[in-house]
Amino acid sequence: MNGDSRTVIRSVLREHARLPVDVDTLGDDADLFAAGMTSHASVNLMLALEDAFDVEFPDRMLTRGVFDSVSSIAAAIDELSGDGEPSTAGGAG
Amino acid sequence: MIGLARTSRAGVVAAGGGLRVGIDLISVAAVEESIRVHAGRYLRRVYTSRELRDCANSAGAPDARRLAARFAAKEAALKVLRAGDEAVPWQSIGVRADRFGRPTLELTGSAEELAARRGLEALDVSLTHEGPFAAAVVVARMRGGR
Repeated sequence: MNGDSRTVIRSVLREHARLPVDVDTLGDDADLFAAGMTSHASVNLMLALEDAFDVEFPDRMLTRGVFDSVSSIAAAIDELSGDGEPSTAGGAG
Repeated sequence: MIGLARTSRAGVVAAGGGLRVGIDLISVAAVEESIRVHAGRYLRRVYTSRELRDCANSAGAPDARRLAARFAAKEAALKVLRAGDEAVPWQSIGVRADRFGRPTLELTGSAEELAARRGLEALDVSLTHEGPFAAAVVVARMRGGR
């Protein structure tokens, strides 16, 4: 995934994840749940990512691990876009 | 049988072994915002058709307070299930009222399968909403009192 896509992910996070901190202070591998994202906010995040990237997260990817960092989201988007290996991240929260 | 034990000062408390409990609290405003921003997609991805019917107001519109309590129940159930890295879609955990109007928890699909693997043989749920918040508690009994 290129830098532009990560920029889009950060923009979606800023608008929908209701993080109590500026997303730009978090690294790509920072744990978004540890940074204050709630499980309910992760639903909004998922729906907004689907809109932004024109993808749909299947049930098997509805795990905490898929949404817990910019990097894990980018890997999932890559997979759904056909640009990456199947995601092994997991964990519903 | 859910065991109870007496303590010296705190009255009667659950006897720990054999029980699991999960709790969750959610802002009703967060659910209202999701309905406003994502509308039907949010509702269809998270709630069962039964929950959507049960949480419609007299005009047929979704009641965010009741939906929020149900989302809290799903999250409380995930804690009891110790879902960890498992994929458990929100719709596989549902709340429905029994014939007396009491909420009961209904697990299907991957949630039902995970409960079996975790050795959970009975679950119960309690919901509440007051002002800006909704909450739920889920209690599960472990098979064989583990």
